[in-house]
Amino acid sequence: MKELLVIMIGSAIVNNVVLSQFLGLCPFLGVSKKVDTAAGMGGAVIFVNTVASLVTSIIYKFVLDPLGFSYLQTIVFIVVIAALVQFVEMFLKKSVPALYQSLGVYLPLITTNCAVLGVALKNVANSYNILTSTLNGFAIAVGFTIAIVIMAGLREKIEYNDVPQAFKGSPIVLITAGLMAIAFFGFSGLI
Amino acid sequence: MSKNTEPLVNGIVKDNPTFVLLLGMCPTLAVTTSATNGLGMGLSTTVVLVMSNLFISALRNVIPGRVRMPAFIVIVASFVTIVQFLVQGFVPSLYASLGIYIPLIVVNCIILGRAESFASKNPVFPSIMDGIGMGIGFTLALTALGAVREILGAGQLFGAQILPLAEDGSFGYTPITIFILAPGAFLVLGCLQALFNKVRDNAAKKDKE
Repeated sequence: MKELLVIMIGSAIVNNVVLSQFLGLCPFLGVSKKVDTAAGMGGAVIFVNTVASLVTSIIYKFVLDPLGFSYLQTIVFIVVIAALVQFVEMFLKKSVPALYQSLGVYLPLITTNCAVLGVALKNVANSYNILTSTLNGFAIAVGFTIAIVIMAGLREKIEYNDVPQAFKGSPIVLITAGLMAIAFFGFSGLI
Repeated sequence: MSKNTEPLVNGIVKDNPTFVLLLGMCPTLAVTTSATNGLGMGLSTTVVLVMSNLFISALRNVIPGRVRMPAFIVIVASFVTIVQFLVQGFVPSLYASLGIYIPLIVVNCIILGRAESFASKNPVFPSIMDGIGMGIGFTLALTALGAVREILGAGQLFGAQILPLAEDGSFGYTPITIFILAPGAFLVLGCLQALFNKVRDNAAKKDKE
């Protein structure tokens, strides 16, 4: 139990997926203009990442590994994730329309969020069992949500500031992310 | 400019994937702790980009529109796996330092982006040129980023010590370690993008005058 907690805190905060592992940067830079949309994206990622970690670790453990097909993991995982996102989208549309409405366009975007494939590959590389993989996927997605929501809050403020012409747009966002990454270093003594 | 060389040049400057289109940020920031890593990542991505552009463009009339995304992803993933094994087999040291980011080339938005917006609509030869152009633009950006971080963070370039280090009070360079750590990636890329914007704006102004 204690080990699981350490892995989860480590994945969510100390080794933050965006700020120190550099995964999921496209949505982090692309959909962090407003806090609402950032939170929506975060919610969608938490959902998909947890389910994807569970499914990919089951497939690896019971199909790929015993049959000696582990070299196919990249192809199999990305197809599973793409299919899963599609499936989740259809499922939510039918049974939880309210959630589907609020997640909107973010669901299909998640296929190309490298945090999802990254977590699946990392779970295999660290040879986590199914429970640990799922919790790790969940914790990493929570870390993603924390980072993207803070970033959106900062960007809403930056809107009112006088940024030099050349730094407008993505450069100032990247530099803000750099400062956030320095701040997140403060957590490294936690575990 | 002829029809075939245009996509090649566009990829390097006007539509530079890293500085202008902001695609493929994850490998860009993660692996550029040294110029060598940046170059290796850039070249691996270029190979995948050219091969997948070639195949997608050749198959563009065969793949039904509705399942094109999964089809593209499978093609890209196959080439990524091939490249992964080639790097692992022939350049094991590079494989060790790039690690998980080689299989992650699959979700590099540059590749799917070019497949969707160029290769699926154009004949084979221009698609190959587009892949090469984008690949060179990406490789140059990654190498530049890696070089800046390596010089500031370790005083080295391509692994060779170019700035003598200050040891035992002697005069020399004290490495700013933060530049090879995570925050340095964001800071350097932000500054390089600002520089790229400035140069481009100045060039655009001169054109007007």
